[in-house]
Amino acid sequence: MATVEQGVGGGISFGLTDEQKALRDLAREFAEKEIRPREAEYDENQTHPADVIAKAHEVGLMNLHVPEAYGGPGLGCFDGLLVGEELYWGCSGIGTSITCNGLGAGPVIAFGSDEQKRRWLPPLLEEPILCSFGLSEPNAGSDVSGIQTTAVRKGDEYVINGSKMFITNAGHAAWVVVFASTEKGKGHKGLSAFVVPTDLDGVVVEKHLIKMGQRSTDTSAIAFNDVVVPGSNRLGEEGEGFKIAMTVLDFTRPGTAIGAVGVARAAFEHAAQYSKERIAFGQPIAMNQGVNFLIADMATKIEAARLLCWQAGWLIDQGQRATLQSSHAKRFSADSAMEVTTDAVQIFGGYGYMKEYPVEKLMRDAKLFQIYEGTSQIQRLVIARELLMPK
Amino acid sequence: MTGDRDVQHKVIEGIGFEPTREQRELQALAHAFAERELRPIAAEWDERDEFPPDLLAKAAKVGLTSYAVPAGHGGGGVGSVTAALIAEELSWGCAGLASTIQATMFLVRPLVRFGTQEQRDRYLPRLASEEGCLSAIAFTEAHAGSDVAAIGATARRDGDGYVLSGEKVYITNGGIAELTVVFAKLDGAITAFVVERDDPGVGAGRKERKLGLRASYTGSLVLDEARLPGGRLLGEEGQGFLVAMDFFEHSRPQVAAAAVGVARAAFEAATAYAREREAFGKPLIAKQGVSFKLAEMAMEIEAARLLVWRAAAAIDAGRDAGLLGSFAKAFAADTAMRVATDAVQVLGGAGIMRDHPVEKWLRDAKVFQIVEGTSEIQRQVVATYLRHGWTERPRE
Repeated sequence: MATVEQGVGGGISFGLTDEQKALRDLAREFAEKEIRPREAEYDENQTHPADVIAKAHEVGLMNLHVPEAYGGPGLGCFDGLLVGEELYWGCSGIGTSITCNGLGAGPVIAFGSDEQKRRWLPPLLEEPILCSFGLSEPNAGSDVSGIQTTAVRKGDEYVINGSKMFITNAGHAAWVVVFASTEKGKGHKGLSAFVVPTDLDGVVVEKHLIKMGQRSTDTSAIAFNDVVVPGSNRLGEEGEGFKIAMTVLDFTRPGTAIGAVGVARAAFEHAAQYSKERIAFGQPIAMNQGVNFLIADMATKIEAARLLCWQAGWLIDQGQRATLQSSHAKRFSADSAMEVTTDAVQIFGGYGYMKEYPVEKLMRDAKLFQIYEGTSQIQRLVIARELLMPK
Repeated sequence: MTGDRDVQHKVIEGIGFEPTREQRELQALAHAFAERELRPIAAEWDERDEFPPDLLAKAAKVGLTSYAVPAGHGGGGVGSVTAALIAEELSWGCAGLASTIQATMFLVRPLVRFGTQEQRDRYLPRLASEEGCLSAIAFTEAHAGSDVAAIGATARRDGDGYVLSGEKVYITNGGIAELTVVFAKLDGAITAFVVERDDPGVGAGRKERKLGLRASYTGSLVLDEARLPGGRLLGEEGQGFLVAMDFFEHSRPQVAAAAVGVARAAFEAATAYAREREAFGKPLIAKQGVSFKLAEMAMEIEAARLLVWRAAAAIDAGRDAGLLGSFAKAFAADTAMRVATDAVQVLGGAGIMRDHPVEKWLRDAKVFQIVEGTSEIQRQVVATYLRHGWTERPRE
């Protein structure tokens, strides 16, 4: 596209179209009506939000990026951000559970053959089926090349052995995209990607992990013991696994970052409201610069974080490489969310520490954004590399 | 007028940074207790949101609930610096469990400074009891946290005693303590009283569920026309605000020491992990992105501890410790939050799992920025000193 080569869009603008506003409003209303009322209870009890997922599916707020040709809404990255910010504003645990299909189905959408897409994508739209992204392992988080799960070719099939750790929705997924080594000794260049149905013999969900925050998301350890998959379940070529993973993560990174913006915004709103109501020393605490400067800084961080996410989403939709901007968005949004939620608890004082009030949960939830989908340290590594050794 | 008869002021000439042999021994005792009795049970009681019933007595038997009680009344008679060494170790073990144990020491200063001889003879030995004495100090009300002057609990004279009404909230051991120092307004002027659990009209309100310090009981103290007999007025009528400010001056370095303990625990765990965990062919600590974080943690913890010692030393020397105490409290609390947050980060995904203790330390760390004067109030205190050009507050 000529416009992409020239890097020209429709000029600079910050206004949403009416369609985009309607989509955002739909998501916001859903978050308010269906997510917020369950937020505290599902967090306390670590409840997998199957009911909310089903409702989100019904209303059309799941599987946003599945192309229209396969029955999906076919939304771009940017429009997904409008939905994502609202769902995570509702509750990041529930939000993660709803949006995780974006990560799980991403490899199929990006690298599946037409036949594979026809096989795996339409069922997602028919029922609230969940799919997961199986990359991380106990000994391989940031260091993807350390993956030890193997997929040994046997005729037309592969036999998969290994275990994955910290996998969202693995305990409830119908299938998992598993990244395994098909060529030992080649590190990340020897990885391949496979769609693995969880009802196959040898797939064992080992442990639902108990977490500090985002507790209403099922996060599990899942093991594969001599799991046999047909060759037709392999996505792309052997050895393309790392490329597939990184391409998908590039696309989903702004979506995770905007989640951090949603959490930060929720915390900021609670804190700002409280600061106007709470009286101390004869006036609302908001009248003190010690408090209102904290709030001012929260607002600026949220604004900047959102714009970084929007820029990354827009670039992706333009078909441009967005690695640097995605990393800016993820790193800044995640670190901001941690700062903002910590300060929100502070503004509530003693009340902020109590579970009766919503802000301590937001602080517990925020931490994970600095860690998953590329830690803030990995983001800095990527940014430094992009700036100092541009491709 | 009561005085500091039982308090020995010690001015050590010259600058020094080495604890005495005695201090080291007490520090080692506290550390051993923390390692043996607190660390192994911390996760379980955090999860249960409860305090283990036998722990206070265990701590009492080795002197860890009576170290600040004057020797003449059966305690260890240690000064502030020594107390800070102990406080850091106990919190290093578990801030929640330590908070309950240490609440007993909070009552020492108000009794020593403002109590009559009779009150000191009656209550200090109880604090030093070998069974442990669950204690509390109650300022906060629903609408009055930072703004202590705005409390609404009332007291009226009744014969030779007083009748108290009101509800104190968010009190460590609130409503279940044997002894509580309570602040209420008598004729509109804040006054301090000693309340015992069995006094008529004294009850426990709701128990709070918290982000961290979960093993520490936090609850409401309800005073429903609670009748106190004679001998319970602490200090003079209307002197309560002074009692409160004097208390905070003495408690802030100790709470700051506890924050240092939590920060140190988190830092040690993060460093150990960074040495072992490999990624990209090397231990994490080989990467500056990680090692610089640990370096900053180490520097800040060292600085925080020194600020604590300086404030505590001022108290031991009988000097004003308001400015120094606020330096220590704000810096140590803010450091603990930063360090604990970064410690979770160093552990990555493992950092947010309950299998590892760092997420608990992050949840525990936050409280220090809030209790005993928020980090904002500490800045306000410092600002007040700056505005008046004080390094020490003039004594009345």
